[in-house]
Amino acid sequence: MTPTERPAAPVDVRIEGVELAYGTTRVLKGIDLEIRPGEFFAFLGPSGCGKTTLLRLIAGFAEADRGSVRIGGTDVSGRPPWKRDVGLVFQSYALWPHLTVAANVAFGLEERRVPRPEIERRVQAALELVGLAHLAGRRPSQLSGGQQQRVAVARTIVVEPKVLLLDEPLSNLDAKMRVSVRRELHALQRRLGLTTIFVTHDQEEANSICDRIAVMEAGSIRQVGTPMELYERPANLFVAGFLGAANILDGTVASGAFTLAGGARIPLAAGAVPPPGAKLMFRPQHASLAADAPIAGTIVHREFLGATVRYALRVGESDVVVDVPFQSGGDLHDVGAHVGIALPPERALYLAD
Amino acid sequence: MSARWRTGSPGQLLLAAALASFLFLFLILPVATVVYVAFTEKGTGAFTLVNFADFARTDLFVRSFWNSLYVSAMTVVIASAFALPLAYLTTRFEFRGAVLVQTLGFLPLVMPPFVGAVAMQLLFGRNGSLNLVLDDLFGFKIGIMEGLNGVILLQAIHYFPFILVNLSTSLRSIDRSMEEAGQNLGAHGLRLFRRIALPLAMPGYIAGASLVFVKVFDDLATPLLLNVKEMLAPQAYLRITSIGLADPMGYVISVVLIAVSVLTMWLAARSMKGRDYATAQRGGGGLAKRTLGPREAAIAYAIVILILLIVLAPHVGLLMLSFATVWSFSPLPDGYTLAHYTRVLGESSIYIKNTLLYATLAGLIDVVVGGIIAYLVLRTRVPGRQVLDWAATAALAVPGVVVGIGYLRTFYDVKLPDGSSLASAWIVIVLAVAIRRLPYALRSAYAALQQISIALEEAAENLGATKTRTVRRIVIPLMTGGLLAGFVTSFATASVELSAVLMLVQTNADAPLAYGLYVFMQTPAGRGAGAALGVIAVLIVAIGTWLSQRAVDRSQRAHGLDL
Repeated sequence: MTPTERPAAPVDVRIEGVELAYGTTRVLKGIDLEIRPGEFFAFLGPSGCGKTTLLRLIAGFAEADRGSVRIGGTDVSGRPPWKRDVGLVFQSYALWPHLTVAANVAFGLEERRVPRPEIERRVQAALELVGLAHLAGRRPSQLSGGQQQRVAVARTIVVEPKVLLLDEPLSNLDAKMRVSVRRELHALQRRLGLTTIFVTHDQEEANSICDRIAVMEAGSIRQVGTPMELYERPANLFVAGFLGAANILDGTVASGAFTLAGGARIPLAAGAVPPPGAKLMFRPQHASLAADAPIAGTIVHREFLGATVRYALRVGESDVVVDVPFQSGGDLHDVGAHVGIALPPERALYLAD
Repeated sequence: MSARWRTGSPGQLLLAAALASFLFLFLILPVATVVYVAFTEKGTGAFTLVNFADFARTDLFVRSFWNSLYVSAMTVVIASAFALPLAYLTTRFEFRGAVLVQTLGFLPLVMPPFVGAVAMQLLFGRNGSLNLVLDDLFGFKIGIMEGLNGVILLQAIHYFPFILVNLSTSLRSIDRSMEEAGQNLGAHGLRLFRRIALPLAMPGYIAGASLVFVKVFDDLATPLLLNVKEMLAPQAYLRITSIGLADPMGYVISVVLIAVSVLTMWLAARSMKGRDYATAQRGGGGLAKRTLGPREAAIAYAIVILILLIVLAPHVGLLMLSFATVWSFSPLPDGYTLAHYTRVLGESSIYIKNTLLYATLAGLIDVVVGGIIAYLVLRTRVPGRQVLDWAATAALAVPGVVVGIGYLRTFYDVKLPDGSSLASAWIVIVLAVAIRRLPYALRSAYAALQQISIALEEAAENLGATKTRTVRRIVIPLMTGGLLAGFVTSFATASVELSAVLMLVQTNADAPLAYGLYVFMQTPAGRGAGAALGVIAVLIVAIGTWLSQRAVDRSQRAHGLDL
């Protein structure tokens, strides 16, 4: 068993009341988060939402104006990056061009004054772990993008950090590599049992490998949950729209029903309490088309996708998409047809911004 | 929340303070002293403009002022006449001669103008080779080296590459579509160049031309070697050396020199404001090049070769002079000998030793000071770091003769332990030269550091390296190429600095090569030896330049292209 593969007891990361402003721009507006030991956690959001800043704050490259970051129970706020023991894989990989692959990986161990023979053993083990032992003598510029990425990962995990931070690690890879590398990352994380935080703007990446996701927007966390929770029970319209396709319709709540702008009434499911200013949200595959259904619309576009047929409809002032399973021999609705949209009450979600 | 390591650690603050005192003592204080003396009454220290009134009332000074302006402006004109055709030909056409221009066109920079001054007189002077031949064949002479003309020609030959480089870079960065749009609307050929490419390249031209203007305006050595005394810098030098440190006129002239330099740079910067047209990133970069027809090619080669011949004349003349037995009133030397080289390598080798020592020290000072300032400015939040940058860059606007006068005045009363004056110690020469080269070394340090992605340093910190360890293990190794280039550039140019040195050399034993060359060239008998020293100086600079180019290439190759 090599040191790199020894599963250390994973630690938790607690972010409490973190605020950060650059001048008058509030980059982080009060972040509270608890990342559980051994969890693969994602910060997900559009660019500029503060997810990378939050990651850099954990690594010590940014300092919060207020609030604290605790790693394994210890408050690390105010500690410089080199005393944090947090491994960061950079988006650009940041491999040192003047050092060989092996020297890149050895760097952190040398800074920790690890004896030379042990350094060599651990570098070898780390490179084997990412399948690059045969390239130890190369320079980073002689490697492909995927190989560079694996060197960056090896360089980070060889020092056995308490927490692994991945800053958009897949963004510099081509589409094909992305899928295989994210599987590798997932398998590696499971094997090491390391608490891992993954920053991405790509919901598919986050959904496919992360245990839980914090969806961020404009410096705030909008919802935290498993990928399924976020998809099935989004807390607000932003999360609903960011994870998967969503139809959103305006309307008002009155006497146990949601009344659309066009007049159609959708009865509220039992126990549903729409928040103030709520809009109706449903997924395209949860609705169906029927002549006598309550929401009246006009088909403006039709796409045959194989397993499903996607209809784009105009409902009052809004656009709605409905996916209908395709059955061979079944009739398709034509563009221009007036149809009704049927929606089971339990599939209708009422969400505010 | 404490984050002191972000606003500057004690070590960083200490470094910044050390550099601030260095710049204060050896740049700001001497220059401030010069300005102070110019504006105060002798003895009482009361503010007065009387010295400037004296300056304006003295015909000699007013004449010198206009002469200096005229020489600088004409140099820009002549240098542009050299640079424009070369820039046009090399950027617009597929042209073999471009390689010739690129290699030989930069040779003048290797040799400071004063080095070739005497050789140029022997070639083009009243009784030089050209005029002897002309007189013999056609019975007339031309005065291209007479008085101010000589200064203008020499300076233009030396400085035109500044315009060429800046202009070519600007031309190359123009987006092809700019010109294609012009062609599409009916313009072509020279007219297209004049109406589209040239205006777009204007910022580059102005940057080069203003630098040439300032350099020529401030230069002391070239007019002095051509025995042209009615210019400002020579007047300042002569007042201080013949009348003494107490005479206010040298200081007044110094202030005028600084004022004109600053004004020129300010005007240039102002005229370029908002006109940064660099457009290359957006489309297919560079102007479209076409091949020349045979007749066009012949004309192009003729132009290039004519310009290169003029430009290389000082080198050729210097080389001939260094091997000549006697060369006087004849187109070519009477005979050839190695005696001058044996002489300078023997009895005068102290000049060479001094030069190597001074230039090495000056280069080291520049690289260390420049490297630290670059790091403090780009990578730390030490308060006042920007001031260090401004101060070091301000040295650009301080003429060599002003540094010389300022050092003499400021350090004259500072006594060393052995009772001698600090102003007469050789280390002061090193410091003066180092300060003069600092802006260039600082730019190469900036360039080197800017190439290093901050993520490379953050990665080191993330893996447990402190700031200091990160600098040692990541920053310095990655900057090596750039720092080395900066060192060699400082070294090479420091080894031929004369303007500041002329004032500060007190004994022959402390004199560097450039000073020795100046002394030798004063007498006809010493010219051969002076030329030999000049050739050695050119070799030192050439080897240095070549080494620095190699250092940069190598480090770029070693680091791959993903810096």
